[in-house]
Amino acid sequence: MADTIIDLVKSKLPDAVQAVIEFRGETTLVVRPVDIVAVCVLLRDDPAAHFNFLSDVSAADHYPDEPRFAVNYQLYSMEYNRRLRLKVRLGGDAPAVSSVTRVWPGANWHEREVWDLMGIRFTGHPDLRRIFMPEDYLGHPLRRDAPLVYEEPQFTHNFAEIEKRKPYARE
Amino acid sequence: MPENEYQLMELTVDDLKEMKGLVSQRALDGDTVLLNMGPQHPSTHGVLRLLLELDGELVISCIPDVGYLHTGIEKSIEDKTYTKAIPLTDRMDYLSPMSNNLGYVMAVEKLMEVDVPLRAQYVRVILCELQRISSHLVWLGTHAIDLAAMSVFLYCFREREKILDIFEMVAGQRMMVSYFRIGGLWRDLPAGFEDAVRAFLGHFPSEVDEYEGLLKNNPLWINRTQGVGVVTAEDAIAWGMTGPSLRGSGVNWDIRKAQPYSAYDHFEFDVPISEAGDVYARFWCRVQEMRQSVRIVEQALAKLPKGPFITGNRKVAPPPKEELAYSMESLIHHFKLWTEGFTPPPGEVYVSVESPRGEFGCYVNSDGSPKPRRVHFRAPSFANLSALPLMTKGVFIADLVAIIGSIDIVLGDVDR
Repeated sequence: MADTIIDLVKSKLPDAVQAVIEFRGETTLVVRPVDIVAVCVLLRDDPAAHFNFLSDVSAADHYPDEPRFAVNYQLYSMEYNRRLRLKVRLGGDAPAVSSVTRVWPGANWHEREVWDLMGIRFTGHPDLRRIFMPEDYLGHPLRRDAPLVYEEPQFTHNFAEIEKRKPYARE
Repeated sequence: MPENEYQLMELTVDDLKEMKGLVSQRALDGDTVLLNMGPQHPSTHGVLRLLLELDGELVISCIPDVGYLHTGIEKSIEDKTYTKAIPLTDRMDYLSPMSNNLGYVMAVEKLMEVDVPLRAQYVRVILCELQRISSHLVWLGTHAIDLAAMSVFLYCFREREKILDIFEMVAGQRMMVSYFRIGGLWRDLPAGFEDAVRAFLGHFPSEVDEYEGLLKNNPLWINRTQGVGVVTAEDAIAWGMTGPSLRGSGVNWDIRKAQPYSAYDHFEFDVPISEAGDVYARFWCRVQEMRQSVRIVEQALAKLPKGPFITGNRKVAPPPKEELAYSMESLIHHFKLWTEGFTPPPGEVYVSVESPRGEFGCYVNSDGSPKPRRVHFRAPSFANLSALPLMTKGVFIADLVAIIGSIDIVLGDVDR
């Protein structure tokens, strides 16, 4: 079943698929980052695939390995009742990938979440603001080099002093 | 304290320049009113802030602002063993901790290839369906009180209390249960559980009739809900809406039916669908779902198998306490599990369950160490709430309250 989808993508976009991973019955297509929108449009619109529903977009940080980041798209086809995961791998230096909001508008908040917490930019996103963290927050907390530590409370009188030694994951 | 620190800042139109792109040019020119609704507002069901652009009483645009309850649960889990992350999942969607537990433990079970005993699967179904009822009761009560139907709220919370009593009996906790464990359950069902559930099921259907009777044909309720906040099926799918919010738009998709998990395929039940896509349709779907949940629980109780409540695989499930006294092997397993934890092979899985709010997905990425590299939760409230601006275009500000109530968000689930 998954083979037909892989063949479809490979025949229409020969260079797009970098790898196919089968694990625990789940299929993951590793897609070249520049092709992600083309692959998504193909998979959504082709009658043999018809992945009309985007469940989720999430990102994982493989620090210190390179390419450091992976963005995962969980696709679902209501017609064929099957799931597929697309994955793009992005390098650690200013990671960015095209937004799929024009394919599935529901990707909007998921991509904002990934940008906010993992610091991956989605080019062409209509409204790429932070979603959870405060607007003036520095760094991206879900990166593996962002510390999970006790944070000293900053008050007006000692704000600058603590700010200097605060262990942020700087951009 | 210096005097000037407490002076009110006077906001001018110039200060709004950074809002460009978010609100229309009319707001920047001062033709329309920008109003903050929340985060401390009883009808936003938690700490949700909405920035509203209003033309008189009409909502021109609505910009949700979330994150007030962000507690970094996904980050915290990266620093815990797989077993110790379970209590954190309770605290996301605090109205349905059972479903959160289930999604997470199923993902880890898939990663570890653990078989769950049938009895545990049945108990999971029973508790998740009771959880669905209790979550829908909170939703119905608060939704009704938003629209000024006070008494429904009290009746709903009265019944929910009985379900929480059952949870307390089972797990020792009323809300933060953490009852599902990797490979099964924390412990077997206590004596008296089946009687308590049967007693609840005995009178609950008539209670649903009562709630429905109070609202279904009530002209006030109908005027406030029918034709309000309409979402078409195409929009609902495109925006990633799930659960009763999707089925209220006429899309027949329920993960319990489409991809049955945890023995759901052993039971007969219907998935209520409504075509209208408005607030009333979502209300109707949830109320009917409570009846279907009763059906599932009745069947599961009648067929509840005997047997172990947790897997015998000692690599993921701790041995019984009494074995530690005479079995060296068990002692080692116990020690390894509570200190180091277990190590799944490197890989990633995505498992989703039908929570009361929709698709609750759990993505677990293992790097082969005892702690996950990444755990991500696909929160149903998060996706449903992202469609709110679409639903609220051009509605009256009073209808906004009805629409927020109808998508049944839990802000702990949105923000995680």
